[in-house]
Amino acid sequence: MTTATLAQGLEGPSAAEMDSGTRNASHVARDGAATTTEAPVATSPAPGPVVNRPAIGEYFGSFMRAVLPPLIGLALVVGLWALVAMKSSDFPGPSKTFDAAVVLFSDPFYSNGPNDQGIGWNILSSLKRVAVGFGVAALVGIPLGFIIGRFAFMNSMLAPIISLLRPVSPLAWLPIGLMVFKAADPASTWTIFICSIWPMILNTAQGVQRVPQDYLNVARVLNLSEFRIITKILFPSVLPYMLTGIRLSIGTAWLVIVAAEMLTGGVGIGFWVWDEWNNLKVEHILIAIFVIGIVGLLLEYLLLLIARRFSYGVN
Amino acid sequence: MNAIVKVENVGMSFDTKKGRFIALQDVNLQIRSGEVVSLIGHSGCGKSTLLNLIAGLTLPTSGVMLCSGREIAGPGPERAVVFQNHSLLPWLTCFENVYLAVERVFGAKEGREALKARTARALEMVHMEHAAHKLPQEISGGMKQRIGIARAFAMEPKILLMDEPFGALDALTRAALQDELIGVMEKTGATVVMVTHDVDEAVLLSDRVVMMTNGPAATIGEILAVELPKPRDRLQLAHDARFAECRAAILEFLYQKQMKKAA
Repeated sequence: MTTATLAQGLEGPSAAEMDSGTRNASHVARDGAATTTEAPVATSPAPGPVVNRPAIGEYFGSFMRAVLPPLIGLALVVGLWALVAMKSSDFPGPSKTFDAAVVLFSDPFYSNGPNDQGIGWNILSSLKRVAVGFGVAALVGIPLGFIIGRFAFMNSMLAPIISLLRPVSPLAWLPIGLMVFKAADPASTWTIFICSIWPMILNTAQGVQRVPQDYLNVARVLNLSEFRIITKILFPSVLPYMLTGIRLSIGTAWLVIVAAEMLTGGVGIGFWVWDEWNNLKVEHILIAIFVIGIVGLLLEYLLLLIARRFSYGVN
Repeated sequence: MNAIVKVENVGMSFDTKKGRFIALQDVNLQIRSGEVVSLIGHSGCGKSTLLNLIAGLTLPTSGVMLCSGREIAGPGPERAVVFQNHSLLPWLTCFENVYLAVERVFGAKEGREALKARTARALEMVHMEHAAHKLPQEISGGMKQRIGIARAFAMEPKILLMDEPFGALDALTRAALQDELIGVMEKTGATVVMVTHDVDEAVLLSDRVVMMTNGPAATIGEILAVELPKPRDRLQLAHDARFAECRAAILEFLYQKQMKKAA
């Protein structure tokens, strides 16, 4: 939801700008006509600064409309938070948390040993695990999705297995990862892999199945080779579905890495949350919540931009 | 004029959940080189099925389909198709869409420059050179259909098959494209089979109008020879008595003879 409003916020002012631009143009046109034909001056608007004021007012108005509601929402949440903090004895309030945040972010990349690192390193470490697990899931899942979509036999063969394994919580796979890899880091990456692969397989398969028959008819009439069909027709047509699968995966992956790290320890934002809980530094946990949320939001937004770049008004 | 396409005793039936559905039965037709034939009839009369059979997109369940003496085994660029929804690939520009077809047909023998020249000529023929580097979603429906026509003609097919090519367009655009098509057909002398719902379009564009009976088990009802001189001008024909007669004959078939059968 927040991604949508962020996007809306970016589009709002430019739309208003366009409106004011056209308004200016029409004003200028009217003025021009008035002077050449010497029409009654009373009916035409006075030239100069007066013309610009309504335009700026409109721009300002729509800017406020876009920015004000989220700010009010944020203020409400902070206010509620302060209220809860006042009532409870060990729940820190917004100001206390803000002070702790300043301290944390003033030196995000310190390193005092493997279990005590700056928040910057923790975030990067988690992101690295997500990237690796995600990358391998894409390398395996997308071709598998193509095969399932293209060949009905493979679809019938693999569909029950996928349906069985998909609803399993990725964290249930973690012990198996620990047993096989005998280390926390690869086990967490394995957990990311197993949770991100399902949307990639299924969305790609659906994309392949949904290639419009029209494009395939064009391929048939042109007698294109199988290679050409895949590169010129199947792949571009499936790309939007693939990107949707990837976008869905990234949300789950980021969610899972925090939980997996809590269970396995090491370096990472999830581990850091659990560590701070053991140290009873609740402000740090709240900061971690914000950081995790913001990074997750940025990841999704990045993929949204990529998806937009590659969609071309299809479907 | 020799026959390019021969349809001999062709029947087409489909297996459906409710049993066997006979779409076409005992269809006999010959299409001669350089002529323009329209297929017209009510919905469900199998005209699109017949077109797909000629294109090779489906194979007949009985009878024989021949193109230049050889049995039609499947689709191919010598029987180019213009689809009702243009079917332009949306991730390629207009130029690239036509180039794809040109490369497929002539790529083995000609170099890239020659292929590009062919593509440019095809676009010029439909007056769309200015939109060569635009994507399909950046141009209007009529323009997209023009590119579809350019793509089909660029393949220099033996026979051009059009399945209600202007059906998705408004009347004014349709008229403009019909005139465009007349010009192109005049220039290239192409053999065309066109499925249409529009009686005026059929009389304006074709040498013969094939009227099909109602389905199921549809077959060819009547064939009208349109002997108006070419090239045809719609404004002139608006006053022509023979044009009105041709129109009347088709309308009679569709609304008197076929309606009675349906009733």
